[in-house]
Amino acid sequence: MLTKRIIPCLDVKEGRVVKGVQFVNLRDAGDPVELASFYDREWADELVFLDISASHEGRETMVDVVEEVAGTLAIPFTVGGGINSLDDMKRILRAGADKVSLNTAAVNRPELVREGADFFGTQCIVVAIDAKWDESLRSWRVYTHGGRNASAWEVKDWAAHVVSLGAGELLLTSMDQDGEKSGFDVNLTRTVSQHVDVPVIASGGAGKKEDFYEVFTDGEADAALAASIFHYKETSVAQVKSYLKEKGLDIR
Amino acid sequence: MIGVVDYGMGNLHSVMKALERLGSEAFLSGDPAELQKADKLILPGVGSFRDGMQELKTRKLDTFLTSWKKDGRPLLGICLGMQLLFEASEERGETAGLAFLPGRVRLFPAGNWKVPHMGWNQLTVSKPDHPAMFGVDGGHVYFVHSYVVELGDAAADVAHTYYAGMTVPAVVAKGDVWGTQFHPEKSSVVGMAILKNFLHHKGGPSRD
Repeated sequence: MLTKRIIPCLDVKEGRVVKGVQFVNLRDAGDPVELASFYDREWADELVFLDISASHEGRETMVDVVEEVAGTLAIPFTVGGGINSLDDMKRILRAGADKVSLNTAAVNRPELVREGADFFGTQCIVVAIDAKWDESLRSWRVYTHGGRNASAWEVKDWAAHVVSLGAGELLLTSMDQDGEKSGFDVNLTRTVSQHVDVPVIASGGAGKKEDFYEVFTDGEADAALAASIFHYKETSVAQVKSYLKEKGLDIR
Repeated sequence: MIGVVDYGMGNLHSVMKALERLGSEAFLSGDPAELQKADKLILPGVGSFRDGMQELKTRKLDTFLTSWKKDGRPLLGICLGMQLLFEASEERGETAGLAFLPGRVRLFPAGNWKVPHMGWNQLTVSKPDHPAMFGVDGGHVYFVHSYVVELGDAAADVAHTYYAGMTVPAVVAKGDVWGTQFHPEKSSVVGMAILKNFLHHKGGPSRD
């Protein structure tokens, strides 16, 4: 059986991991390479790096980070943030990332998804979708620019559209749940997962290990992403995985 | 010295990095004259079977690999590189492969599962004594593929997994031609063990 994946997410700014990662036993908790190895040892199934650099220099630094991470990590990793063109994708993938994640750039120009998939294969192209419940739509609306701008897209339509263009995987973040630590948005996740035939990574809202169980079963997610609960050691990847195993899920 | 065959199909960086980590000297080339100098070859690659064969032919790597195989020299195909070792594929129209191993490549059947088969799946080892499996007794490895090999000869099955109601060949071998459907370079300890086994494998004239 294909296992359910647990994916820690690291925010990187100007080449350094931010959001106060609280680890003991690490020489340098801001070093993406050291943290990547830490999560690899913790049996994370995959990693996501989100580049939140504001500057051009920061983006250039990210390429070096990717190269270094690729040299140490023997699990797949995705890089998102600031990827706006085929050239950006080439730089990141050639530096050794396994997948790139597109968000705002895909909404601005959906053809970018197709260009990436044609060039690198669909397995390299993740589309990140930030979605928020919209009463007027009676569904979830897709947002861009880190959740600041509403787009015209309803989430199922957008998901189906990017999959038809060649997205190999969707990283679905619930803006309603993000940061709340009250669990993933199970309805949103299930709605999208049932609507497309590519894997869906649920994101936003993880607060405890039971949340993962819920999103994998009721939410029909293929993978679940979390940041702060792992970074702040509220639980560990290993603890979540052993809990899910006990509950009978297929876990690596 | 390990030669990694560069035929324009996908990201070869991870494979190079993995070999580096294992302390192996490796070089990347698409030139048969250069690759000829290697002790062993790795044929990686992601993309479509049709494009892959076309790119091999353009660089005359198909005939080079055929003579390499005839000499009984070790070759490891990874992902698309493994699929190309078989006779043919239906991906984007019927395309003949290198035919080093008996079998065909077909699309996963449609059903209540997602395609591609993407993520960590468990190995079931059919041939625990095969040199590729030294120190490996199952465990999970990382797959990303939409097409699957139907073996023409069950003897080539070294390890497999299950997906989409099918037995999915995961490690295949015939003589010194080995293949892995998954990405050993992305498969943590199990994948690194299998890569290491290939690096340590002493090739020689074909034994079967």
